[in-house]
Amino acid sequence: MPDTLLDVADLRIHFPTSDGLVKAVDGISFSLERGQTLGIVGESGSGKSVTSLGIMGLHHGTNAQITGHIKLDGEELVGATPGRVRELRGSKMAMIFQDPLSSLHPYYTIGAQIAEAYLVHNQVGKKVAHKHAIDLLGRVGIPQPASRADDYPHQFSGGMRQRAMIAMALSCDPELLIADEPTTALDVTVQAQILDLIWDLQQEYHSAVIIITHDLGVVAELSDDILVMYAGRMAEYGSAEDTFDQPGHPYTWGLLASMPRIDEARLERLVPIKGTPPSLINVPSGCAFHPRCRYAGFTGGRSQTEVPELREVSPGHLAACHLTGDQRRKFRTELVLEETEASTARMTQGEA
Amino acid sequence: MSTPVSTAGTAGAIGGAGDALLEVTGLTKHFPITRGIIFRQKVGAVQAVDQVDFSVAPGQTLGLVGESGCGKTTTGRLLTRLLEPTGGRIMFEGRDITHLSMGKMRPLRRDIQMIFQDPYSSLNPRHTVGGIVGAPLRLQKVKTEKGIKATVQELLELVGLNPEHYNRYPHEFSGGQRQRIGIARTLALRPKLIVADEPVSALDVSIQAQVINLLEDLQNELGLTYVVIAHDLSVVRHISDHVAVMYLGKIVELAGRDQLYAAPRHPYTVALMSAVPVPAPVRVDGRRQRRERIRLSGDVPSPLNPPPACRFHTRCWKAQEVCRTQEPPLTELIPGHRVACHFPENTAASAE
Repeated sequence: MPDTLLDVADLRIHFPTSDGLVKAVDGISFSLERGQTLGIVGESGSGKSVTSLGIMGLHHGTNAQITGHIKLDGEELVGATPGRVRELRGSKMAMIFQDPLSSLHPYYTIGAQIAEAYLVHNQVGKKVAHKHAIDLLGRVGIPQPASRADDYPHQFSGGMRQRAMIAMALSCDPELLIADEPTTALDVTVQAQILDLIWDLQQEYHSAVIIITHDLGVVAELSDDILVMYAGRMAEYGSAEDTFDQPGHPYTWGLLASMPRIDEARLERLVPIKGTPPSLINVPSGCAFHPRCRYAGFTGGRSQTEVPELREVSPGHLAACHLTGDQRRKFRTELVLEETEASTARMTQGEA
Repeated sequence: MSTPVSTAGTAGAIGGAGDALLEVTGLTKHFPITRGIIFRQKVGAVQAVDQVDFSVAPGQTLGLVGESGCGKTTTGRLLTRLLEPTGGRIMFEGRDITHLSMGKMRPLRRDIQMIFQDPYSSLNPRHTVGGIVGAPLRLQKVKTEKGIKATVQELLELVGLNPEHYNRYPHEFSGGQRQRIGIARTLALRPKLIVADEPVSALDVSIQAQVINLLEDLQNELGLTYVVIAHDLSVVRHISDHVAVMYLGKIVELAGRDQLYAAPRHPYTVALMSAVPVPAPVRVDGRRQRRERIRLSGDVPSPLNPPPACRFHTRCWKAQEVCRTQEPPLTELIPGHRVACHFPENTAASAE
């Protein structure tokens, strides 16, 4: 029996605005087991952060209209009382935010901020909580945690602040940890340290982790499963292996082709995705990606009119695209060939 | 540390070819730290850039990479003379521009232009696109044949924007389009040298590739010379002909792109490259595995008080006594590949 911790089904988060209804998240489903990591990838405005805030119950107090199901360990969170969600938040589920400088309070010491969640969720005194905070700081690799706990956020470097944020999230041993762009503000060498830390802590606590990022490299390093989002919808969902080795959605192909890669031969030219991500008020009809898709003309007009359902492209690997299996294989092969030609053209040029 | 300007006569020995468009020798910038209000005393200096040498040939691209605080942005600002160098020499087209006055510098601004990182804060929200892109023409009192408006519209077309959008404001454009506006403004005066400071780091992945391709096309079309400052090693590899790796204000390695990426010599470069997350999951028996990489501990030391001798020795796994006492000079190990390290990697000696 799979040890499912989080089950999200047909989650929709809509925001009514004076310009129209913003469908920030529009029908997202996934499930996550303990000890597993899900990577949610997408560009800005794809709804990845709204999803994570929705799971954490942080849309309370806004005019968000949330429908669907979010089941954490069998307990329904959509429609749960704010008080109940608050009990779970920080203890059973916790979040690491993107920008550690603006997520930490400048007036309180690091130690006090980490101890706060522990104080709220446990019947303990301040001294115990402070000691716990020092323990956690040590656990996330802050040197001399006892004295550093009395420092203020400005006395910490960017990497150390992110470590402190992680310590804060871990203060009550959460079973679900959501990391929203945990390393975007950091340098590569520090990023590598933080990714290692998340990895180690997950092994130690056996928690389920959702990592949200626009960096395909980061998800590839950490994730078991990958969910690619576009314009609030799921474009592709599958194991990390499948998604990277046999991506099923032209958007995923585009993302992979448009990033320069350090691990492969240098391409003479990148293959970008044309156009820009759509506005969520005016999501294109049919497949939201069709105005930017090279292959939208091959589906007999269905891309323009019909929202594609998620379909299995291989066992356990879903993609929302109207292309038939044969078309997909053919176009994918052509695209890979195009890339290889671009890199070999350069190599022969270089030798000449 | 500052080199008197008059004695910097070794230009020929550094960078090789004398026909470089831009040649920088011993470039140094120290920001003084003062204490007191009436009697301001200098109590220290941030050594942001220290004794940096490089040259760029016409039509070529030099990439400056490094982590935050390594001095790459300061270097860019020194080149464009937005900051006054503390020492060293900047030669542009064989002419010493290190200490030119504002007035004497003005005609040269036509030839040296800059692209800024953040397309949101680098465009004045109260000016129209036409006003922004035409500003350099008006300021330099350039008379164009067809008038400023037609010229601006040509520029907009050149960077892939709709010339009809002349009267729109920056907020009506997406991030990628704004960066194109910034590029159009940069191109208005037909510069010879463009210093691009993190030109794509604020953009989404799919848009990054568009802007990178645009920069490359413009270079081919207009014969531009670029100095590209970036922290993303994959982007730098894609656009640069030569790459300089900076650490704490110093260039630690400088080589041709292919040479550098195929066989980095400086331990810092090696670590930096291995820290880049790669979008290819590592799997053994269906279980995700951690990628093997060199892990640097700690953060970059403060440039206020950089470590003596080799500045990298505090984080280097190969550091020995000599690294703490003697500064390694930037020497040419093999033709066209210069490294500042006592124990370089990827050499016959280090293979033992």
